Amino acid sequence: MHYDLIVIGGGPAGYVGAIRAAQLGKKVACIEKERAGGTCLNWGCIPTKSLLRNAELYHLMNHRAAEFGFKFDNLGFDWEKIIGRSREVSDKNAMGIEFLFKKNKVDYIRAEAEIEKAGSVIARSADGKSETHTAEKILISTGCVPRPMPGFEFNGKTVISSKEAMILSEQPKSMIIIGAGAIGMEFGYFYNAFGTKVTIVEMLPNLLPVEDTEVSQTIEKAFAKQKIRALTGTKVAKAETTENGVRITVEGKKNEVLEADVALVAIGVSPLLPGGLQPELTERGYIKTNDRYETNLPGVYAAGDIIGPPWLAHVASYEATQAVEGMFNADYQPKKVGTFPGCTYCQPQVASVGLTERAAKEKGIKFKVGKFPFMASGKARAIGEIDGFVKILIGEEHGEILGAHIIGAEATELIAELGLAINMEATWEEIVATIHAHPTLSEAVFEATETAFGHAVHI
Amino acid sequence: MSIPIEMPKLSDTMTQGTLLRWCKKVGDKVSAGDILAEVETDKATMEMEAFDDGILGAIYIEDGGKATVGQKIGLLLEEGEKLEDATAPAKGGDAPKARPDTRTPTGANAAQGGGSTASTEPAPAATVAEDGRRIKASPLARKIAAARGVDLSRIAGTGPGGRIVREDVLSSQPSATVQAVPGAIQPIIAAPAAPAGPGDERIPLSGMRRVIADRLLLSKTTLPHFYLNIEVDTAPLVALRAEINAAAEASGQGKITINDFVLKACVATLEKMPKVNAAWAGDAIIEYGAVNLAVAVAVEDGLVTPVIRNANKLSLRGISDAVKDLATRARNKKLKPEEYQNGTFTVSNLGSYGIESFSAIINPPQAAILAVGAIVKKPVVNAAGEVVAGERMALGLSCDHRVVDGAIGAEYLKVLRHLIENPTLLLL
Repeated sequence: MHYDLIVIGGGPAGYVGAIRAAQLGKKVACIEKERAGGTCLNWGCIPTKSLLRNAELYHLMNHRAAEFGFKFDNLGFDWEKIIGRSREVSDKNAMGIEFLFKKNKVDYIRAEAEIEKAGSVIARSADGKSETHTAEKILISTGCVPRPMPGFEFNGKTVISSKEAMILSEQPKSMIIIGAGAIGMEFGYFYNAFGTKVTIVEMLPNLLPVEDTEVSQTIEKAFAKQKIRALTGTKVAKAETTENGVRITVEGKKNEVLEADVALVAIGVSPLLPGGLQPELTERGYIKTNDRYETNLPGVYAAGDIIGPPWLAHVASYEATQAVEGMFNADYQPKKVGTFPGCTYCQPQVASVGLTERAAKEKGIKFKVGKFPFMASGKARAIGEIDGFVKILIGEEHGEILGAHIIGAEATELIAELGLAINMEATWEEIVATIHAHPTLSEAVFEATETAFGHAVHI
Repeated sequence: MSIPIEMPKLSDTMTQGTLLRWCKKVGDKVSAGDILAEVETDKATMEMEAFDDGILGAIYIEDGGKATVGQKIGLLLEEGEKLEDATAPAKGGDAPKARPDTRTPTGANAAQGGGSTASTEPAPAATVAEDGRRIKASPLARKIAAARGVDLSRIAGTGPGGRIVREDVLSSQPSATVQAVPGAIQPIIAAPAAPAGPGDERIPLSGMRRVIADRLLLSKTTLPHFYLNIEVDTAPLVALRAEINAAAEASGQGKITINDFVLKACVATLEKMPKVNAAWAGDAIIEYGAVNLAVAVAVEDGLVTPVIRNANKLSLRGISDAVKDLATRARNKKLKPEEYQNGTFTVSNLGSYGIESFSAIINPPQAAILAVGAIVKKPVVNAAGEVVAGERMALGLSCDHRVVDGAIGAEYLKVLRHLIENPTLLLL
């Protein structure tokens, strides 16, 4: 078959790019070797949010039932069903994508793709059949896979990645998590909530090291309160598997030997390249693209995790849309990702957009900080979620929103307003001129902004 | 509350007035209807009445001084009010605060309220262009524009839906006229606006039309123009062009136009005569280091002047290619703002329309513009005193006399004539 566009990979970059091209009236195929939806829908964002919802509810019932006036004789849970619900959510979402492909007349090809040459892709399906398809344009969006730790390879049982961590058939009694990024933190919260003894090992001085330091310090306290052990500024000196699990020697403030049933390695991801002709790569092994997302191979484009960090579904979709718009419209100048929100869904949740205080200082930007604790929010009190705060960085000269950092309940939902503000180049005045509904957690965004200029009423 | 006394607009065409004489002294009690001062307008001497009761607290323009319409000339105080109270920065209460680090009225409130605020902040950038078109610009872009004195209606936006974003303002220059002519008198429409009757079509002004109107009105009414005209012999140029184009055609290159030669000659002359490649800057004259040649290009609904940057570094072919590219993109509205800003001299050529000669209006803050006419076959007197058939082109130079004097303009045309009549010099 001949197509206007063949997309390799059906994740948040691939399926979104394919559908956008179809909306532009192009004939499109999406070749996916596993199941449409990519890591996000199948092995990442979505199924873990399902697990975390279970963890939140269980944590509430387990630790705060009396406060809310609930009584239980024996509160329990069914591990298999918890995992099962997560898989069901994932399955439904993946089916949704197949429906969207049909609706938009995108040919969905279940096969492994190999770029034969620019303009030609071989699709090898699981049954051994192979077909060659030609296309004007090719978009590579093959994404990434969990990065293994050298000398401590994944074995699927005791040394696992996030993928296995969301489908363990039995709940481990103890778990060591290497890496305190979003994945490590979310699984740490999840397993701890259900009673697994969790130890998080992070090489850098803080949990969630990319976040604003004040946020990291707050979540460190919150995790300590939940009895999660966090070893920051600590590196793994030696990691080995034992008869019953893993043994990890760490060096940090204290050198010690940790043992657990399972080790979750969450130290990042590695690029997953398609077969066949290889486009030029960056030093770190990602596909190199120009400002139109085109690789060095003419007519071959790339978007999503495969072109490098940040490895986020929403960034991948944006890149693919930009790449596709540019492919079929020479006058359109595709945009590169600028400001994007980052979210971590443990409790308390963490969300941020724009610059951290550290980064603003490094850039030498003069700014004011507005901060409002949820403890002073009526809504937060009413729902019993008083931990955390909203922190907003405001440029001193022109009052623009430089960055926003939220830790607390629904932080990941609250951040959208500030992403819009930054993207629209709103200044603090537009935020305080906007009436925020009462009572909502979003009032904290308004109050934090007011605080920067000493005008908050409720603190 | 104190009330500022402003220079009133006493006639349609009045932009400034002379305060002949104050009829009240500082400290005098004033009642509404009292004559405060005598003011001389462009037409007559008129008496200026007080509209409120109070005490004349301060006089800012003394007898004999001039003030533009709306300028504060004095201050009326309430009985019992002290001058210090009225002029000190407001604190607390209902008065708007003017300290930089505290709240100031938001753009929206200020625009709606419209009241007189004592704010020392730069005025918010206009949200509506003069032609009533809404300017799409981000709040941050507006603030930066206000702080830098950038006119948003002159900027092309690159944000979503053509919205002006921060980058657009940062990469634009403050309005040339504002920058180069501080305190320039705002153009005023002297003639009453024409009413549209039945059967007439009322065409709202486009942004471009508004810019053309503003700039050229400003130029023609405030710049002291004078005009110099010459006729040059184009026979050698036409012959050389034919030769070059025959060679170009053989090697597959594009043709060089007569205008390309004129542009090249113009640039070469400007390089020799920086006094013409200059601008009036209020308290100084700027002679530009580079020749950024603006070329007037007619487009569908107006006219733009894309700029060949550093044209003095380009060969004849380089200028030819640059002007072709800019003109094409100008017609397709694909020019970036920096591609039509900061020209140092303009050339306008109406030769292709058969116009033999004309005088052009200077494109401020530039000091001169060259008007190029068509090549015309006509009887001429040769060196031997015989009347023979010849080819001539009329060139007109319009100069801003504040910058370029007659002799300088004449010298410019002399050098230009020499180059055009000896076109092989342009190939060096």
